[in-house]
Amino acid sequence: MNKIWLVTQREYLTRVTNKTFILTTLLAPLGILVFMAAVVLVMSTGSDKAKIINVYDPSGLLQNEFKSRDNLTFKFSNESMDAQKTLYKEKKINGILELPPLTDSLAKSYVYKYHSDDQLAMDENFAIESAIGKKIRDFKLKKLNIDAKTLENLDTDVQAEPETILEDKKISSITTIVSSALGGIVGYAMFFIILFYGMQVMRSVMEEKINRIIEVLISSLKPFELMMGKVLGVGLVGLTQIGIWLILMPIIYFIGAALFGINTEAMPNPVNDMNPEVALTFQSKASQIFLELRSMNWWFILPLTLFYFLAGYFAYSALFAAIGSAVGEDINDANSLTFPIMMPLIFSIYIGFSAVNAPDSSLAVWSSMIPLLSSIVMPVRLPFDPPWWQIGISVVSLIIFTIFLVWLAARIYRVGILMYGKKATFKELSKWIFYKD
Amino acid sequence: MNNEKPMNVLSLQNVVKTYANHRAVNDVSFDVKKGTIFGLLGPNGAGKTSLIRIITTITAADSGQVYLNGQPLNRLHPNDIGYMPEERGLYKKMKVGEQLLYLAQLKGLSSKDAKVKLRHWLEKFEILNWWDKKISDLSKGMSQKVQFIATVVHDPSLIILDEPFSGLDPINANLIKDEIFQLKEKGASILFSTHRMEQVEEICEDIVLINHGKILLYGGVANIKNEFKEHKFSVKYEGSLPESLNFGGYEIVSNQANELIFKGQSGQTSIQLLKNLLDSNVNIMSFNEILPSLNEIFIKKVETSNE
Repeated sequence: MNKIWLVTQREYLTRVTNKTFILTTLLAPLGILVFMAAVVLVMSTGSDKAKIINVYDPSGLLQNEFKSRDNLTFKFSNESMDAQKTLYKEKKINGILELPPLTDSLAKSYVYKYHSDDQLAMDENFAIESAIGKKIRDFKLKKLNIDAKTLENLDTDVQAEPETILEDKKISSITTIVSSALGGIVGYAMFFIILFYGMQVMRSVMEEKINRIIEVLISSLKPFELMMGKVLGVGLVGLTQIGIWLILMPIIYFIGAALFGINTEAMPNPVNDMNPEVALTFQSKASQIFLELRSMNWWFILPLTLFYFLAGYFAYSALFAAIGSAVGEDINDANSLTFPIMMPLIFSIYIGFSAVNAPDSSLAVWSSMIPLLSSIVMPVRLPFDPPWWQIGISVVSLIIFTIFLVWLAARIYRVGILMYGKKATFKELSKWIFYKD
Repeated sequence: MNNEKPMNVLSLQNVVKTYANHRAVNDVSFDVKKGTIFGLLGPNGAGKTSLIRIITTITAADSGQVYLNGQPLNRLHPNDIGYMPEERGLYKKMKVGEQLLYLAQLKGLSSKDAKVKLRHWLEKFEILNWWDKKISDLSKGMSQKVQFIATVVHDPSLIILDEPFSGLDPINANLIKDEIFQLKEKGASILFSTHRMEQVEEICEDIVLINHGKILLYGGVANIKNEFKEHKFSVKYEGSLPESLNFGGYEIVSNQANELIFKGQSGQTSIQLLKNLLDSNVNIMSFNEILPSLNEIFIKKVETSNE
């Protein structure tokens, strides 16, 4: 036990003190923040030069109403086009918006002209178009004698309200959406974390074999102790990294917000562009999501998710260790051997995605109880409140199978690390399991 | 066989190890006396590494017994063995100090003890200032020294060195050789595996020669050489030899550059030969028995066993 701990310590410390690890751990959240800031910046600075645009609207389509935007100032002017073009030549204005009269009140399309040698930015164009469109809509309503209120009454917001029959459980239309999102994110994260750190274990095994330090090591401790120490050490590194990210993300976000003055109000907020009623339902939906998230049984979901992560990580990384031991000097040899391990992993992420849509489909239910698949599929289903007996079977079978896999991997590992020369085939690997010590 | 009093640090009895379909170790028995340097010899693929892996508990024997200091091998014994494999290896990216500390702790030393002992060894090799250097920054000879320290830092009673001088320049080879002798003086026993015979003759007291997993030869170096001697003598002389010479049963093998080589029969003594030479007024400058080199014995033995 003491020696496992020594190996764990070494694996952990050499990794955690590694410059690359420190940089990626610290910079990844910062990178995401910088990326987000850049996106916000790009989105919010459509055009940086202030522009004055004259609006020539002889028919009074816009009724002298056109809100100026950040850098765009609109001025209504009924001077002749020629006079306005002179203004443009004198560089007093940046362009002229010419709005021809609307001849047909039921016209399906409307063309306006923008006179300038420079083009408008996309968001500027979009703003002008939607403003004109709205005005034309009002104009048409008036012409057709339709009351705006009447029109709104035509739209109906359709929602499902799920009601349980036997179980006493509160669910709302939003429950499914929140559970799906949560399940999807967790499943995806599990997939990447297990794959990433499993590969690290494999590389670590290969390093010791290629270095030839392995013979010195296993004359001091049992191969099983070495393998377990390695799996534990790398696993702790993973938990450390995820932990640091979970803490750093919000901190960096708030620091960034304070430093660069990124405030959430200025971000492109879909609510701002919506009409008030829609915005209201949107906001109520948002608060519903928060309520939904708060009402989730986190005391049940979190520990179980952690369990599935740990069990999945142990099972897969032990297999990766076994593969690492069977590879010769060439890292490329690893690819063909890792394929069979990647298969259940990739398979389970796809099942996970389908489980997001249909958490109670027989595919989802069965694969959430089959070890190797369950470590990804079950966490996806957890927010949907699967029945206890399924969780029970899943947990017990995963524990038993993980112990079996670790044992199996250790049998292969102890032989593989001492084998040099060409890479082993699966037939040989299966023989190694039955070798005597 | 050796029935003397001194206790054996290592004792193998009828050890057998079979891999898939070949017998790597076939009924091998030998003893390594305490405080001696013992040579484990054999051509490539003879089963030396298989034997060493059994002794270091990396693998287990299929049958037979291995005793370390009189006890059957157990889980604690690796801490009492130091092993330097032929294929050396260290973590390239780790610092010398960290690495040695780790390997010493794996051998059961506490971190505190390990630091004290490592300091002593690094000072002895005058490399204390390497503590914070990475292995990848060291030359081959330098990392070899680090590897040697890792092998002996925990004061093992049995030190197993597999080709310890390979890749070393003469100066570093001498340094390691001196260390081996000093460790022996302090009571450690050394199992020295090699196929460089001149080193064996220089260093080892006892040897075992194996081929195809079987023992071909086993015993003290001096005894073995005696056993294989061909009763040859070399006589260096000055001046000329008399016309007729009678050497009582000895025949002249060669007579070149004032050196006569005689060959006799087993059981004959050199007394009569020397007497006859003196009687014939040969001006003798030197008189030696010619013993076969271990190299010759090795080749002869291995070749006959391969036939």
